[in-house]
Amino acid sequence: MKVSEKWLREWVALDTSVTMAEIEHQLIMSGTELDGADPIASAFTNVVVGQIKSIEAHPDADRLRVCQVDVAADELIQIVTNASVEVDQKVPVAMIGAKLPEPDGKIFKIKKSKLRGVLSQGMFCGSETLGMGDTGEGLLAIPDDAQLGADLRDAIDLDDVVLDLDSTPNRADLLSVAGVARELGVIMQAPLTAPEFTAVKAELDETLPVKITCDDLCQRYAGRIIRDVNTQAETPKWMVEKLERSDIRSLGPVVDVTNYVMLELGQPMHGFDFDKLSGGINVRNAVEGEKLTLLDGKEATLRADTMVIADADKALALAGIMGGEESAVSDSTTNIYLESAFFVPHKIMGKARTYGLHTDSSHRFERGVSPDLQVKAIERATQLILEICGGKPSTITDTIASDNLLTPVVISFERTRIKRHLGVEIEDERVEDILIRLGFTVVGNDNGNGWEVTAPIFRFDVATQEDLIEEVARIYGYDNIPARLRPMVPMVANKSETDVTEDSLRNLLISRGYNEAITYSFVPPELEVLLSPDQEQIKLSNPISEELSIMRSSLWSGLIPALDKNVKRQHPRVRLFETGLSFLKIDDQLVQRKKLAGAITGQLYTEHWNNDNRDVDFYDVKGDVEALLAEATGQEFEFVMAENTALHPGQSATIISGSEVVGVFGALHPAIEKKLGLDQQVFVFELDLVLMMDKKLPAYSKLSPYPSIRRDLALLLDKHVSYAKIMKSLNKLNIDALKSSFVFDVYEGEHVEADQKSIALGLIFQDFSRTLEEEEISGYVDSIITTLKEESGAVLR
Amino acid sequence: MSELSELMEQATSQLNQANSLPELDEVRVHYLGKKGLITGQLKQLGKLPAEERRGAGQEINKTKQALAALLDERKLSLEADALNERLQNESLDITLPGRRMDTGNLHPVTRTAKRIEEIFMQLGFSVEEGPEIEDDYHNFTALNIPEHHPSRASHDTFYFDDGTLLRTHTSPVQIRTMENKEPPLRIIAPGRVYRCDSDVTHSPMFHQVEGLMVDKDVTFADLKGILDAFFKAFFEDDNFKTRFRPHYFPFTEPSAETDIQCVLCNGNGCKVCGHTGWIEVMGCGMVNPEVFRHVGIDPEVYTGFAFGFGIDRLAMLRYGIDDLRKLFDNDVRFLKQFA
Repeated sequence: MKVSEKWLREWVALDTSVTMAEIEHQLIMSGTELDGADPIASAFTNVVVGQIKSIEAHPDADRLRVCQVDVAADELIQIVTNASVEVDQKVPVAMIGAKLPEPDGKIFKIKKSKLRGVLSQGMFCGSETLGMGDTGEGLLAIPDDAQLGADLRDAIDLDDVVLDLDSTPNRADLLSVAGVARELGVIMQAPLTAPEFTAVKAELDETLPVKITCDDLCQRYAGRIIRDVNTQAETPKWMVEKLERSDIRSLGPVVDVTNYVMLELGQPMHGFDFDKLSGGINVRNAVEGEKLTLLDGKEATLRADTMVIADADKALALAGIMGGEESAVSDSTTNIYLESAFFVPHKIMGKARTYGLHTDSSHRFERGVSPDLQVKAIERATQLILEICGGKPSTITDTIASDNLLTPVVISFERTRIKRHLGVEIEDERVEDILIRLGFTVVGNDNGNGWEVTAPIFRFDVATQEDLIEEVARIYGYDNIPARLRPMVPMVANKSETDVTEDSLRNLLISRGYNEAITYSFVPPELEVLLSPDQEQIKLSNPISEELSIMRSSLWSGLIPALDKNVKRQHPRVRLFETGLSFLKIDDQLVQRKKLAGAITGQLYTEHWNNDNRDVDFYDVKGDVEALLAEATGQEFEFVMAENTALHPGQSATIISGSEVVGVFGALHPAIEKKLGLDQQVFVFELDLVLMMDKKLPAYSKLSPYPSIRRDLALLLDKHVSYAKIMKSLNKLNIDALKSSFVFDVYEGEHVEADQKSIALGLIFQDFSRTLEEEEISGYVDSIITTLKEESGAVLR
Repeated sequence: MSELSELMEQATSQLNQANSLPELDEVRVHYLGKKGLITGQLKQLGKLPAEERRGAGQEINKTKQALAALLDERKLSLEADALNERLQNESLDITLPGRRMDTGNLHPVTRTAKRIEEIFMQLGFSVEEGPEIEDDYHNFTALNIPEHHPSRASHDTFYFDDGTLLRTHTSPVQIRTMENKEPPLRIIAPGRVYRCDSDVTHSPMFHQVEGLMVDKDVTFADLKGILDAFFKAFFEDDNFKTRFRPHYFPFTEPSAETDIQCVLCNGNGCKVCGHTGWIEVMGCGMVNPEVFRHVGIDPEVYTGFAFGFGIDRLAMLRYGIDDLRKLFDNDVRFLKQFA
């Protein structure tokens, strides 16, 4: 809420020495944020009210005009201007010597000057020049009654600051001048000086019947007829100014008064054209589909869960949100009906939003308008309307639809609770003083351990002891609560030595040259279609954009575009990884799995002066994957040809552990690379972090003191026989003495037939109890050769 | 005998001229080999009269030994020369770069999150995680934010058609933890959160850390103490200032917003802190008893505090990053700055 400092000072007697900075600080430290504290105008000097006496064309410039201006000095002064001006117009004149601060902090000084050869003794000012915001073209309007030669600050009352208060949603009571003044009175320890006004005596006996049909939503409705109102009257300057400083435009005296009372007291009001009403007022739920054209000119189709103010025939207004166009006060209105109601906050919450609306009125009603304000507001509005427009008021009808509407909340407040929550002892006198000044009634309770506290009716946010503690704490000052580093019973984090940590996997990739990326969890739908065509897409109902509308089923959806963006930014060698959730629908169930994924492209190493460099390939990404899997010691992983449509069918593998699929990796499918416009071959992997988070506890085994013996085998076999198949055959033989076996060469080409390949295996034999005999080893090797021949068609080369 | 000294003279001259080990060996063979000249002298001893033999023999052996010593000396010298030459030949430009796989690094947000975790782990907290697609109950209702509550408006929530949503804060993790574990609790929960808001200062996805401590005697003073200690450790400054302002959150009471001293101007006031000297970084407060009731913890027995703050924001402040969007652009030129 925006409110003028001057207006506030009418309601609370802040010492004149209290600076705006202090007010700001105290508000902030008691829980009300300030979005701004902006002076109405900049700190300009020597700008006065002048009046244009004559205008002549500039002899040498089409766009300039030469004005003679009366500034109540001995002589008229001459000012050359390009502004559009009229004779007799009152204008703000920056005199010679005037200082006009600019937004960047510099000061513009007005000097005597010549414009195209013609003397100019000052400058006319627009609102922007005076630091009053940009209100469009032209000069700042000066009222006709402003005294010539008067300092502009006095003439149009510019020594004011607009406070932009950002009160928290619980503090409905801070949405009025009266409420903010009350709060300032507490935090600045200043007395309240609420202006007194007396109720106008009713002159008419007639009333409009009021019926509250939906009494769970509306619990009080006050109304009054005022006849013979001059709706053509002009709203007084002081009111227009206060409204403007609260960002409310003057729209005619009746609307202005209702807005003024809303700002002043916090009670949103509405004025109807009485002659447009037929029968009495009925506060009821809308009929489903009922139409109502609102004040903003738009026709709303109402739902049955929406409350309306209606007459005998039709809905007149969206209750608590916006009035209707048809029944609104217009220039031709002479008789008005003033309404002031109380709606139950949590029942009206969110209703405006469902119609795409948010109004000053709905903002207040949703948070809570005090149920004791309605009649007071009508009295205040009547007084102002009569002052401005004249008229004859009727008696007020005040319909209350709840027996305990005005029953305040009483809270038993135990003294010890304060220390239990805040960690600091606060003296009884202090607690009582704070609560009383906030409007609470405080009485010591019977058993002497605390108080019976009655909350003021306007505090919708106070119902429990904790609410009271919060009130005491914020006024006592959070600064005054000590910071305590409590002694703590140690709680040993139960981290198992057999857990693979995400940190260890991250660090491993980092040392293998990967940079960690963080990409959005929502991705473009077409990318998901390309990469995971079989996945049911998980779509946001209200995405930021189509590009960010589908939850990623694989981290590749973020990594591949990120990789490509870097390549296109002249970084042809990129290695990225990411950890995070992937979102899948499996058997109609949402599954959020933690994944680790990577993508690489370009050369294996950064360019070097002496290095065999080359582009990365399948076995590079497989090496990275194997290194990651090796963290999960003791887990057996099997690689099988992948059936993943995103990957190259001949260069991709699925990783299996037991019955689970741990991950997949390989070259991106060339067709997909083409569709994505990738310039280089990309290799990717994705692992399920949950399935590889266990490793075994190391267990020592004895070392053999006897020498090991190596035998190499060069085998010729069909090129489609996999290495894994050979190793499987080898392992099946269960030769205890065979300590390890590995491939050290794979060859296809010259000297080997086209459908064949040569594989060279290294075999290491060792025994624990003795040196192995030559014949034993030969026996083992023979059985290996025989088995490989039988099972894989391998022959010795 | 003069022949012997001549031989010695000759041999000395030759061995000094020998410039390599093979040459030197030739000299050795020429004089001391089986058929060598000095060895030959020994063979001729028999021709001498018996009384001279002994003296002459001694003389020859002396010469032989002297020559052998000279040869050894020369050999050592030649070996030293050869080694020196080899070392010189093998000398490299040690300023040329070595062969290695360039190492990568963590994303600045992860780096910051790890640091936050480490500090809180030293303060006795453990790390919890939770789902990112959440239900309304855990994201709002259990946190005492009923439907249509005005504070929901500030959450700009992403929804799915089935009514689930992307968590708008990490607070649901505190609910899930309290549902599953008994107090005393000391946890933090870092992770991704989402709000449908995107401009220079807002990203639709960002990172938060939630903190929760529940025990029999936890107070607001403890909250201040823990957070004060955290920020001092995080910014490595024992005099680092934090300030707590009253605020409103449905899930805590009393609630506070925490400001830290502006790290760019050390609290003196600058553009970044709006000339206030303070930067707002988190919301916190004492757990609202309503929240305890939702998760079945007795508020008459336990009290607790909770806090939540942005990891991205701390990373930006710590490393001087001025554009939030850079964090999720994944430009390697940016990423590599945080090695």
